[in-house]
Amino acid sequence: MILNYALDFAFLCFGLGLAMNLYRVFRAPGVTDRILALDTMVINVLTLIVLYGMRTKSGVNFEAALLFAMTGFVSTVAYCKFVLRGDIIE
Amino acid sequence: MNLMVEYILAALLVFGGIFGIVGSFGLLKLPQMLQRLHAPTKATTLGVGSALIASMAYFWFYEDRVSWHELMITLFLFLTAPITANFIAKAQLHRAINKEDLPPTGVGTQWATYDPEVQAVSPILLDDRDPG
Repeated sequence: MILNYALDFAFLCFGLGLAMNLYRVFRAPGVTDRILALDTMVINVLTLIVLYGMRTKSGVNFEAALLFAMTGFVSTVAYCKFVLRGDIIE
Repeated sequence: MNLMVEYILAALLVFGGIFGIVGSFGLLKLPQMLQRLHAPTKATTLGVGSALIASMAYFWFYEDRVSWHELMITLFLFLTAPITANFIAKAQLHRAINKEDLPPTGVGTQWATYDPEVQAVSPILLDDRDPG
């Protein structure tokens, strides 16, 4: 079944992407690179959750993915705000 | 019909995977920070959108139910990706780039993030004294 192979390929791609983001979190020239890498990690993990839902044929995890997207967005904005102003809620 | 749906889904998944890995690889390989900003915010978002559409179509055709979560996740990601990119670019502009090195805006005003009038909070919010 070709869909299973495509699913494996997508898992591999996003997993490798996650590893690259992790490397970028540890080795980065500046703090904005780390924020960007963390934001991309959230997006990649979200895609892995969705692909896992396709593999197990259940939509139970999609609410978790939605919550993950929201938390990732808020944390990225809060981190940027902290870098810019030294405070999150002034 | 069934085989064609399967091929389309597989193509969407492969497309999404390629764009996802291109986005993460660009984050490693591009030379400047503001160039690196482009790779995850555009390529990865496209890849994720493709994978989410594939998941939605999969549940529609194989499980006979429409799952709206993917559409909500796609909408949310496509709305928030420009905002995070804007915030990160702003942080980079203020931290690592000199104001004098930026190209002119060409409209007579300076860059909005350095403009005190743009940055000022609305007067209604600043005036928080009790009117008595």
